[in-house]
Amino acid sequence: MYQYDLIDKEFLADRSAEFRGQVARRLAGELTEDQFKPLRLMNGLYLQLHAYMLRVAIPYGSLNPAQARRLARIARDYDKGYGHFTTRQNIQFNWIKLKDAPDILDQLAEVDLHAIQTSGNCIRNTTSDPYAGATSEEVDDPRVWAEVIRQWSTLHPEFSFLPRKFKIAITASAKDRTAAKVHDIGLMLRQGRDGRLGFEVIAGGGQGRTPYVGPTIKEFLPTDRLLSYLEAVLRVYNRHGRRDNIYKARIKILVAALGAEEFARQVEEEWAKIDAARADLPAAELARIRAAFAKTPFETLPARSEAFETAKANDPAFARFVRNNIRPHKQPGYAIVEVSLKAADQTPGDASAHQLEVVADLAERYGLSDLRVTHVQNLVLPHVKLDDLPTVFATLQSAGLATPNIDLISDIIACPGLDYCALANARAIPIAQDIARQFADADRAEAIGELKIKISGCINACGHHHIAHIGILGVDKKGEEFYQLSLGGSGAEDASIGKILGPALPADKVATAVDQLVGAYLSVRDDGERFLDTYRRVGLEPFKEAVYAQAD
Amino acid sequence: MPRLIELVDGEARWTEDGFLQIVDEDAIPETGDVILSLARFETEGDALLSSNSRRVGVRVESHEEVEGLAYDLPRIAVVALVFPKYRDGRAYTSARLLRERFGYQGQIRAVGDVLREQAGFMVRCGFDAFEPADGATPEAWTKAASRFRHVYQRGADARPTAFEERAS
Repeated sequence: MYQYDLIDKEFLADRSAEFRGQVARRLAGELTEDQFKPLRLMNGLYLQLHAYMLRVAIPYGSLNPAQARRLARIARDYDKGYGHFTTRQNIQFNWIKLKDAPDILDQLAEVDLHAIQTSGNCIRNTTSDPYAGATSEEVDDPRVWAEVIRQWSTLHPEFSFLPRKFKIAITASAKDRTAAKVHDIGLMLRQGRDGRLGFEVIAGGGQGRTPYVGPTIKEFLPTDRLLSYLEAVLRVYNRHGRRDNIYKARIKILVAALGAEEFARQVEEEWAKIDAARADLPAAELARIRAAFAKTPFETLPARSEAFETAKANDPAFARFVRNNIRPHKQPGYAIVEVSLKAADQTPGDASAHQLEVVADLAERYGLSDLRVTHVQNLVLPHVKLDDLPTVFATLQSAGLATPNIDLISDIIACPGLDYCALANARAIPIAQDIARQFADADRAEAIGELKIKISGCINACGHHHIAHIGILGVDKKGEEFYQLSLGGSGAEDASIGKILGPALPADKVATAVDQLVGAYLSVRDDGERFLDTYRRVGLEPFKEAVYAQAD
Repeated sequence: MPRLIELVDGEARWTEDGFLQIVDEDAIPETGDVILSLARFETEGDALLSSNSRRVGVRVESHEEVEGLAYDLPRIAVVALVFPKYRDGRAYTSARLLRERFGYQGQIRAVGDVLREQAGFMVRCGFDAFEPADGATPEAWTKAASRFRHVYQRGADARPTAFEERAS
């Protein structure tokens, strides 16, 4: 894993000191809230419905045990004992006092964490594959490039006041776990025919009010030219992105207005003028960063573990966990463990201080001190020995962290919604909990198979409802919370935007409607066909029929 | 005349602004240094510059492109880049292009909604004169501009980047 050196550490210390000064000026009344707002936003501090919310970046979703324990301590000392993992590999604390914020940033900086660029119209934390360095699918380690981008984009002098926020995702596997195609820029590492590595560059994807699956603007960007090309994209966007209307300011609007081809042409034209020797990262620095990720101390183990096989044969609960939460590892004798934060009656993505500490201990003892955060709001122990899986499972189980539902119907993404958020029209969390209760039967959930439900409390789409197999959008109808369902979205490699099913439903009808959709799916699906594929084969009508035919 | 903060060898200090900013319809006085809008410069700039008796600057709005000035840059004493709102970041690109792409040596001045919180970004993009809108003093400006001991990426300034520090 990348270790911060003195330069990285001093940078965070300077940032923290700067913010402490700004908070002092605010508390002393030297700054009005209007003047202070952009400053606090640059440090991830939002003013929400009930309190300040602090969003902390988890670069490329990677945490070490000390960092996870520090997040737990902050949850305990400054929040109500829990934190909320977001859909972009960040963690939010929802009950922060302004006067505490500088101390929290200091405590984060002590373990190399920060809130830089977790808000504001700048380049945000880069999303990466939570299985990086563990999956055999990848052609390269995407964390290397995410770290390159982290450094390049941190307080970028030219690109810190963009028309709007700017989010980059990077994946090196054909199976995309980052939602790259609905980011402002999606980078998909590919191996060329000659064995060279390059990025397929996707630009102008996004969700919100105007969702787009981003078009490819460059088929193959040699990896060593990444930063100059990003500079060209950002420069074209900074100069020509709209600034007159906040809802039309994202890069997706510019790309759509110009057309992908013309946008790509403008980027190429700008790129040709950039001095590559100055803009691209020197090979020595790239090698330094790469080396930091290359040293995972795996043991040489047999591919088969007797302890694991025995536990699987004897304990049905463990066997179920293995079926749903364990993924193959590139190293023989190891596995990737998904830790679900979607237990029934849990707020999706919430983790208590105790749970964070349990997972930190497991990572330290059994997981090569590595812990990941997923954009689906779960955690991952990427390197666990098969031999240790029964013990890890038992420990997770006792902390309420062994829910065997990864990618199943109750593995729901939900935004904080009207329970916390100042922008929301409707609550998202109780709807997620209703659905989780409706499908509490684990056998049934497994029989249904992969089904991704995502819930947003407003059109800003933080809950990713556009790219859900079943998307749920909260709307306000004359002061009442209603929910609009959409089908057929995907944020993965087969990305698509969902289609609206029909009129919005009241809150108490949503879980029933999902049940009806599932019923319709089960009655027409082919063997082994996912919900999404059935929908793509048969279209909207049978589902519409199932929900609205007996609605009146 | 508004007071101007000028950056000399990393130190900010007050300086008297010798330039008169000409609003579009105003007449240009017979003598004295002036800053014109880009439109005005395009029509009257040549005549003023060839008179050779005074210095001429150009004010570029955030939506205007500095590329059009490339040919005249060696004769332009000041390019004043406008921040209509602090959130409008287009002038950062303009400044970098002037310094890095066109090798502009004259003054690049930040005007408009110019706050000390932008100082670090502005200096790194090549600005060397500022009309602060928040009452910032040169001391505050110097402090704000040099807040960070390290920088991660190359800019228009000469600061060594983190990767250069590491390699040395």
